[in-house]
Amino acid sequence: MDVVLDFERPIVELQKRIDQLRELQDSNGVDLSASISELEHQAVKLQARIFAQLSPWQRTLIARHPGRPFTMDYVNALFTEWNELHGDRAGHDDQAIITGMARFRTIGDDPCDGMPVVIIGHQKGRNTRENIKRNFGMARPDGYRKALRLMKLADRFDMPILTFIDTPGAYPGIDAEERGQAEAIARNIIEMARLNVPVVAVVSGEGGSGGALAIGVANRVLMLENSVYSVISPEGCAAILWRDRAEGPRAAEALKITGPDCLELGVVDEVVSEPWGGAHRHRKATIEAVGQAVRKHFSDLLGLTRQELRTTRYDRFRAMGPVVERPLA
Amino acid sequence: MSNEGRRWFEQRKEFVGRARPAEGQDTPDLLTRCPSCNEPVYNEALAENKQVCPLCGHHFRLGAMKRLELLCDPDTTPVHHDDALAPVDALGFVDSKPYGKRIEVARSKTGRNDAFVSITGRVGGIDCEIGCFDFRYMGGSMGSVVGELITRLFERAAEHERPAIVISASGGARMQEGVLSLMQMAKTCAALARLQDEAGMPYISVLTHPTTGGVAASFSMLGDLIIAEPEALIGFAGPRVIEQTIGQQLPEGFQTSEYLLEHGMIDLIVPRDQLRGTIVRVLRQMLKLDSLEVDDALVDRDAAAGGPVHAKPASSAGTEA
Ligand SMILES: [Zn+2]
Repeated sequence: MDVVLDFERPIVELQKRIDQLRELQDSNGVDLSASISELEHQAVKLQARIFAQLSPWQRTLIARHPGRPFTMDYVNALFTEWNELHGDRAGHDDQAIITGMARFRTIGDDPCDGMPVVIIGHQKGRNTRENIKRNFGMARPDGYRKALRLMKLADRFDMPILTFIDTPGAYPGIDAEERGQAEAIARNIIEMARLNVPVVAVVSGEGGSGGALAIGVANRVLMLENSVYSVISPEGCAAILWRDRAEGPRAAEALKITGPDCLELGVVDEVVSEPWGGAHRHRKATIEAVGQAVRKHFSDLLGLTRQELRTTRYDRFRAMGPVVERPLA
Repeated sequence: MSNEGRRWFEQRKEFVGRARPAEGQDTPDLLTRCPSCNEPVYNEALAENKQVCPLCGHHFRLGAMKRLELLCDPDTTPVHHDDALAPVDALGFVDSKPYGKRIEVARSKTGRNDAFVSITGRVGGIDCEIGCFDFRYMGGSMGSVVGELITRLFERAAEHERPAIVISASGGARMQEGVLSLMQMAKTCAALARLQDEAGMPYISVLTHPTTGGVAASFSMLGDLIIAEPEALIGFAGPRVIEQTIGQQLPEGFQTSEYLLEHGMIDLIVPRDQLRGTIVRVLRQMLKLDSLEVDDALVDRDAAAGGPVHAKPASSAGTEA
């Protein structure tokens, strides 16, 4: 069930023709290599043209694509000895957030080789059944409290923390409010500020508001090129400011939510490039690139003392948000 | 009880920005119709009663300056902070109006640079760092200026070892400042962590109608004590968003102060006329200072006679008696 976004359709069509020609060549033994390579050349050019100038809304759609790498894809590819650890110890095990422990794979000559790490991430589903289980990656307070439990464990045992942010937002439901969604998010934010271990966060898909920040108060925040990080969803913003959810594309533009935008605003430290075609069409290469970036940032942080980790994290967020002096008359 | 339902309905309407139907319409100069008991009330009587309906106890909105005045000891002069800090349109945000224009409109309407007032004021003889949202300024939304003012408030409280009090009234983060407004949640909470860890001073959070979104999901829900006014709307997601998401009507009284109290999310609900007395009592208990009980008047007299009390318990021993 490949989901094809409107603007990728020409590329996908072209790719289909290339595949057909290949099949024809194989079955009939005719040499079509000239046409094939011509079409391939065209496909590359077309892809470059489309992906070099993606609009914020198009990036939003890519960020939400079900084919994008999810937390467990990163875990499986980049780590060994993974154990998922469950539960908030208060009655719930929210499936919208995954938490656990693992080691970085040994790639040779890397400071992170074999390093134990606590991993926390939103988890979306690839189909309806999975998404019902995962609640589309929208956590309830229980999920944030489970994440906090693991963060405190990491802090006690001096383990670095890696988080993957990919959520439309914290779940807006009756049970979530009843159990204190606001408090759970607030608690995570303040407790993350207190952590004495290196924390790296990766916005891998949708960085949806408080539900994202609740696992995002990190020493370094990385963002995939076609991921988004926003105070409100473009549609939600459009519903309020334009009184029409269909104005989402305009809101996406206005809100400055893409990786490059957030880098410019000083909200993230590095944008990890995605291959042309997007992470959803190039999962392996994207996961590799994220792995390298994460290792690099952990390596930078490993030399810092507990105090320095707290202080630099404080300074990082302290600097955010420009203001001016303007005396009242 | 049937009144409760309608009262709640009215409140919700107000929150989503539609006009309250009857309020102030009859004779705008003299009377206000109470949205709860539906009776006309003299504006003068309302003002005298701290904007609480004398007939049914409905809490109307109270301006930031008035709130601060009612909280601080009489005959003391608060020091204002950071009044000149003003917002920047960092995103070049335009919806139906450019953000820059909205800033100008809000400024001329409120005579303020943003939606938060920050003071050092004396409460029950204790110097405190106090802040209050001004809901009239873009719905009390938190952008970079509000975040900066609250961060500085906590930093000042930590530096001078003073208690902090923040009175919230806010729809949440300010959309026009995008992800920068989201980051104010982290900035303010990090400063609060320092206040709690390094200075050990109490922080009292007062929630008034409404306190939602990014303000609820950060410092507002992190008070050592969380006190709410009656019937305030408090929650993470707005009622409309929840209704749309789950496709069903919300239960009566959902997300009110009373609902949060019942579910263990706040410490207590205090009517406006008892707020000052309550804060004085709990602050002096937490700081191991002598009781100034009985009533507000007595508290005031004692405080005025005794001069300022440093909040730090260690030094307070010397200033007592
Ligand atoms: Zn009334």
